[in-house]
Amino acid sequence: MDGLFDFIVSKYNYWGYVVLMMIGMYAMIVKKNLVKKIIGMNIFQTAIILFYVSIGAKRDATLPIIAHGHGDAHHAVHAVDYMNPLPHVLMLTAIVVAVATLGVALALTIKIYKQYNTLEEDEINARLRGR
Amino acid sequence: MIWQLDLIIMVLVIAAGIGAISVKDNLGAAILFGAYSFLMCLLWAIMGAVDVAFTEASVGAGVSTVFFVAAVFRTTRRTKD
Repeated sequence: MDGLFDFIVSKYNYWGYVVLMMIGMYAMIVKKNLVKKIIGMNIFQTAIILFYVSIGAKRDATLPIIAHGHGDAHHAVHAVDYMNPLPHVLMLTAIVVAVATLGVALALTIKIYKQYNTLEEDEINARLRGR
Repeated sequence: MIWQLDLIIMVLVIAAGIGAISVKDNLGAAILFGAYSFLMCLLWAIMGAVDVAFTEASVGAGVSTVFFVAAVFRTTRRTKD
């Protein structure tokens, strides 16, 4: 029991990401409003990005930037002293893709509102079934 | 990484996320989503990913919030859930 408690407490980061991911999934599935669904999708995306960034974080490490790099030639770069920058670069792309999907989703939402005059999914479904 | 700050900001992020999906107003949801994005940017700056934090602060908290507010003003603020 003590080992389990230690496991849960020491990995609190990952529990936070799982909670965020489930909040996003709940919003995407349960909420009827289309704007709420899009917010849930964005929360899901940022939770995954947060998980990847946290993989690269280390204790007692600095930013992956070489300070005063040009002056002296003896710059031994130890990988232990720097955070791993590879997940950061990958997730930078993911943020830009997230904003692109957000723009497309909101444009579709505006078109749906102009067509059906509502943003609620159940009302749109009833309108579609009644036609 | 300072774990106390990390934990506090993560709790705030989760609270902002729950608030963003549960408030009964689309404009309020958009503003709370902007707060969520900014807190997430702080979390990444603490984890040492300064480039990701910069991009999130400009693109996530800035442009996304503007998109949401523009979309809400072009549609409606009314929401059932």
